[in-house]
Amino acid sequence: MAYLLILFPLAMAAVTFALPSNRWRPWLLPAGALVQLILTLVAVFQPTGQPPVSGLDNWLLLDALGKVILSFLSVLFFLCSLYAPGYLALRVDRPNRVFCANLFVTLSMMTLVALSHHLGLMWVAMEATTLVSAPSIYFNQNARSIEATWKYLLICSVGIALALLGSFFLAYASLKSGLESTLLFDPLIEAAPRLSPQWLHAAFVLLFVGYGTKMGLAPMHTWKPDAYGEAPGIVGTILAGGLTSCAFLAILRVYQICRAGAEAEFAREIMIFIGLLSMAVAAVFMARQKDFKRMLAYSSVEHMGILVLGIGIGGLAVYGALLHLINNGLTKGVLFLSAGNIHRAYGSKLTDDVSGAIRRVPLSGALFLAGFLAITGSPPFGPFVSEFTIVNAAVGSGQFVAGGLFLLLLAVVFIGMGATVLAVVQGNVPEQKQPAAFHDSVATGAPILLFMGLVLLLGVYIPAPLETLLRDAAGFLEVGR
Amino acid sequence: MSQFLDPFLIAALALNFVALGVSRIRGVISAVALQGVLLGFLPLFVHTDIGLRGVLLIIVTIGLKGFVIPGFLVHAMREAEIQHEVNPILSYMSSLLLGAVGTGLAIVFSSTLPLAEQHADLLLVPASLATVWSGFLMLTTRRKAIMQVLGYLLLENGIFLFGLLLLEAMPFLVEVGVLLDLFTGVFVMGIIIHHISREFASISTEHLTELKE
Repeated sequence: MAYLLILFPLAMAAVTFALPSNRWRPWLLPAGALVQLILTLVAVFQPTGQPPVSGLDNWLLLDALGKVILSFLSVLFFLCSLYAPGYLALRVDRPNRVFCANLFVTLSMMTLVALSHHLGLMWVAMEATTLVSAPSIYFNQNARSIEATWKYLLICSVGIALALLGSFFLAYASLKSGLESTLLFDPLIEAAPRLSPQWLHAAFVLLFVGYGTKMGLAPMHTWKPDAYGEAPGIVGTILAGGLTSCAFLAILRVYQICRAGAEAEFAREIMIFIGLLSMAVAAVFMARQKDFKRMLAYSSVEHMGILVLGIGIGGLAVYGALLHLINNGLTKGVLFLSAGNIHRAYGSKLTDDVSGAIRRVPLSGALFLAGFLAITGSPPFGPFVSEFTIVNAAVGSGQFVAGGLFLLLLAVVFIGMGATVLAVVQGNVPEQKQPAAFHDSVATGAPILLFMGLVLLLGVYIPAPLETLLRDAAGFLEVGR
Repeated sequence: MSQFLDPFLIAALALNFVALGVSRIRGVISAVALQGVLLGFLPLFVHTDIGLRGVLLIIVTIGLKGFVIPGFLVHAMREAEIQHEVNPILSYMSSLLLGAVGTGLAIVFSSTLPLAEQHADLLLVPASLATVWSGFLMLTTRRKAIMQVLGYLLLENGIFLFGLLLLEAMPFLVEVGVLLDLFTGVFVMGIIIHHISREFASISTEHLTELKE
């Protein structure tokens, strides 16, 4: 089963690559994504009593945390794939062979990250996601997208290199303590109390900075506005929802080892600090941001900050952070895809040229506005519930400073982001010399509505199976506190 | 065997400074390539019994770090018709100075990290950290894309040095490190440099300034 989950998208990538028709190729994306979604659900919700999904001598193992990430990735990818045919039909001028095949390879590598129980293997998979997602950012093949791709590759590969050094440090920590050197997750957790603390500290810092770069935490976030700003909306969604979740998972794995080694305090302080710093940096750069796609990138920096902040606060906030991972990813789907539609309708992503979106493209404009309300934590949408849980946990455990700063920064972000979003949505449609032919349609509108529906659903009701998955995962992270 | 190790490491450290202080790109490529070759031989001195797997690692490392990637870089340099890093963000003198300070700090920092008995008298950890630092410095203070790639190579070399400590215990992990070269491969041969040179007429990231706040 584990092999199937990883190999099926790879096989689909090969098929996609081989198919000659530029017009029909994009339809393979939803087809493949649907099968992958079903496979994932079978693996995640297998009846109790069966042995867990595993492979390669337990190098691959689907645990409680992996289940949350894996099922979320499949849903996200499936909804994105529904948008792909409509989007690529508008871009028939561009060959999409490499683009479509790469999306499948990215899915496969993200699945591998979610399944990896070996830090070395996980590192390889993370490196692979960086490499295969780069050509997707380069899809538009102009000077700006080259610049974005160059920065993405360079900064992320430095992050990946640091993560490798961190993995070396971790392996050395066990070697130093006279243990059998290993990077398998479960033996490491068992051996954690005996690991040399100095090496463990250094390893955590390097791994946190390394994978944090990939996740886009400040101050390692500088590639993000460029990459998200230049990539097509669908790639933006997969990067902001999928790849960042994988990097977050990697950080969680390392955090678990630290926690088992009784070094949790050290790790949590760093996470609270970096979490708040990311939110603050995002708040500063979001104010007066004229480019609405770059604004979304800073929003992603902010929410990555919220995720690590939640883990740093601990207790109930861990559950909140995991729920927020899902809420943020889905809401980013609404925002990136509707922003992509608006971009297409106006031929610009600057507020100087774009206004009155709700008149020009009513559906996309309305969804963009609703997505903004959701992501900034307004009820009744999903992110409100998860952010409220995190604040609640912070106050409940007496961490008033972190909780207070969190609320303050959320308010600043709301104001800053609101100014840009309202400028896009409201007002009169400017006169265009060559009006773009784009109009809202079922193909480019329905997938966004599905995203929005899920965000709304999670705001009012969390389905029981998801609740169980989240509780198990939070319990798995918090064992023995 | 380890008495041969230190001279090699010191030579590698000296090459860091050459890479940091030279403006001729050809010179920096040679320095980094030579460092790659030196590093490639090191597994011989760290472990007496390396076996076929170790020999393969040595061959691949020397081939990639010493010849293949530098070869591509020279090719890319000719293609783009640039010879010098003109106007780096940080002057060569300051880079050298910062490199020296970083090397000193690396020695201080690594003395706080306890080493396993069998490695206690090795210079590998400070050499590794100092090389990583030099790579960082080059990555952040040079404008030419080629120089940034060379900085990345230095960074990689530093990580490889640390990996030597684990060669016996976890050969798999050290071999995986070779994959980092894949990135360099992508940087250099990939379409990107090709396009950067075509669109901007010189491969300088200085022109990559359209996207900023």
